[in-house]
Amino acid sequence: MPIQYYLFLSMALFSIGIMGTLMRRNAIIIFMCIELMLNAVNLLLVAFSKMYVDSSAQIFVFFIMVVAAAEVAVGLAVIVMMHRKVHSVDINILNRLKH
Amino acid sequence: MYEVLFWFLTIMAIGCALGVILSRNPVNSVLFLIATFFAISGHYLLLNAQFLAVVNIIVYAGAIMVLFLFVMMLMNLNADVEPQKSRLAQLAGMIAGGVLFLVILAALRTASLSVLDKQSNDIGLIKNLGKVLFTQYVLPFEISSVLFLSAIIGAVVISRKEEVHSTVADGSVNTSDIK
Repeated sequence: MPIQYYLFLSMALFSIGIMGTLMRRNAIIIFMCIELMLNAVNLLLVAFSKMYVDSSAQIFVFFIMVVAAAEVAVGLAVIVMMHRKVHSVDINILNRLKH
Repeated sequence: MYEVLFWFLTIMAIGCALGVILSRNPVNSVLFLIATFFAISGHYLLLNAQFLAVVNIIVYAGAIMVLFLFVMMLMNLNADVEPQKSRLAQLAGMIAGGVLFLVILAALRTASLSVLDKQSNDIGLIKNLGKVLFTQYVLPFEISSVLFLSAIIGAVVISRKEEVHSTVADGSVNTSDIK
């Protein structure tokens, strides 16, 4: 299996994540699209790890997962707090930082 | 067999990723994203990254997506009446993403990269990854534990209810009244 296929697959997933980030108004969906982009990068790193027979890339994937978990915890806390204040997760309402 | 599995998982990953951004109901989006993560885990298995496949299912599909689902249920967002962006903004976003895809595709189409060999190696097993993680990358590992601790504390501090601030505000008002 040529590695180009994995390249194109992860690029397609990354582009879909960008499209979702630009198209949706729900803050949680935008967060999920960011997770999708992170996973596309993870897939690419694992494919290169197989190509070069090197396990460092898999360690990087492990650290990306760690950072993603921490980011999701803090980000969802921020979204919950915003929802408690303005009762919406619509980014067109959240862009006014004063209530 | 390998090719069949590869194409099946690829189509499943891309189709479910499209389902994430196109479905109107946010709960359906979460379920599609979980399916995408399962497809990516299947790709990890094909690439001899067994440890990462298991961790991906446990951490992403198990923990993070359940967190998303809980937050969504907590806010009663499982309704189909979600405000959408205007058609023009949606079209612009789709064109921007598609043009980025085309640009990288054109740049990497002629890249000379080697073909992945089919014989399995054991660099993705827990034994080898653990050896590398606890010898070469032990300092980032410890720092990531500090990052986790600060993320936990930050999440608790941010999302707690704000009685403390109201009492502080009342106290300041009282002192100003006394003055």
